[in-house]
Amino acid sequence: MQYVDKSGQAVYDASFLQRVKEASRTNIDCCYQCLTCSLSCPVAFAMDYLPNQIIRMVQLGLKQQTLTSSTIWICAGCETCVTRCPNDVDILRLMDALREMALREGVEGRERAIAAFHHTFLGVIKKWGRQHELSMLLQFKLKTKDFFGDIDLGIKMLLKGKLKLLPPRFRGSKGVRDIFQRIDRGLDGGERT
Amino acid sequence: MKYAYYPGCSLESTAKEYDLSVRAVCSNLGIELAELPDWSCCGASSGHSTNRRLAHALVLRNLALAERENLDIAVACPACYLRLRTTGKEMKDDFQQREELVNLIGMPYEAKYDTRHLLDIIYNDIGPERVKERLTKPLEGLKLVSYYGCYLVRPPKVVAFDDPENPKSMDMLLDALGAEVKDWSGKVDCCGGSLSLSKREIASQLVGEISEMARKAGAEAIVTACPLCHLNLETRQAAGGQKKLPIFYFTELMGIAMEIPGAKSWLKKHMLSPLSLLASHGL
Repeated sequence: MQYVDKSGQAVYDASFLQRVKEASRTNIDCCYQCLTCSLSCPVAFAMDYLPNQIIRMVQLGLKQQTLTSSTIWICAGCETCVTRCPNDVDILRLMDALREMALREGVEGRERAIAAFHHTFLGVIKKWGRQHELSMLLQFKLKTKDFFGDIDLGIKMLLKGKLKLLPPRFRGSKGVRDIFQRIDRGLDGGERT
Repeated sequence: MKYAYYPGCSLESTAKEYDLSVRAVCSNLGIELAELPDWSCCGASSGHSTNRRLAHALVLRNLALAERENLDIAVACPACYLRLRTTGKEMKDDFQQREELVNLIGMPYEAKYDTRHLLDIIYNDIGPERVKERLTKPLEGLKLVSYYGCYLVRPPKVVAFDDPENPKSMDMLLDALGAEVKDWSGKVDCCGGSLSLSKREIASQLVGEISEMARKAGAEAIVTACPLCHLNLETRQAAGGQKKLPIFYFTELMGIAMEIPGAKSWLKKHMLSPLSLLASHGL
């Protein structure tokens, strides 16, 4: 059952809560809105919805609102909420599940640069098996069109030998690529990486 | 004691000095590190943030490699530590998931071994007393704060070898090195992690708060155990106004106090040179 708003976007999705509970494997129903998570969150100041609000939104089936939020991408993964939640709700795992769902369903939220970062990072791992910061940074800069941000840092790091020019080469890189390819081919439900 | 050493991607590049100091200090202390052959990226935050199965599979490959060597893993990067421990724990607890992932990566795995962080190994297995015996140049007068960040202590069920709100292991270790370790409230605050690249203003805000707390506690430098915290603390402190605080890896300070040859060369790789600070204390 879905309600739609004026633009035809589904506002409420009855299956959302159940799917999120299955994907995150944590009992969101235990949340009693004590706000410990939101008050502990170091990046709450940069979010549009607070973590406790995201939990409530999920419980209410507000899928579109949740998956397009800044919050799910701004979450820094610091595990502070998880550590302090009195009901053992794994809020980070919830955020991971929401991000994964947003990507699978092609929902673009408000934090495209952050999603682009993860995509670029993993793309380099897929290709070389280990990170190659130089090519990762260049690709990220191209994607976000932020060519001059931190350029001074980049040059300094290059000069200090902190950014290797050549990508890593080792036997295991093929094994890593195989893992990506098997997952891409849908052995776990058609995930795009 | 012998471990399969998992450097992780950062220690090959942006945090090379951490890798060099870890190897040198372990060699000095009799901890044998055999680099895990053919290790690959753990997936870091991008893995679990976007694809849970991929994250587990990338880690499991390394766990299986270490099992082949019949060794526990020793790791320096806390993000890698958290990933290795998280997947390791799930493979121990969830046999069905283990079977699926073992099938996916095509390598045998029986969850026989463990992953440990080097701070844990050095503090709990070697101990500050034995470290103290090997000092030739105590870090007298050097005022420091220990910055643990997130993944050394959280989530406690997965990683903790120390208290998640007020850990003491690094403090005690630095104290044993002869330094003046200050108590402060920023010990386990987040530096922003990988948001530093896509949302640098967030990292600047968080690093600004951390460095301000360190200053208020009377610290001349911040000590860390994480490559990304180190990078963020070095590069996101506010320009102008207060002088920026240099950042050390705890193993670098061990190297200096133990007068390991080449220790100063590690420091030359820093973005904020700590050499004049050390010189001011005759170190």
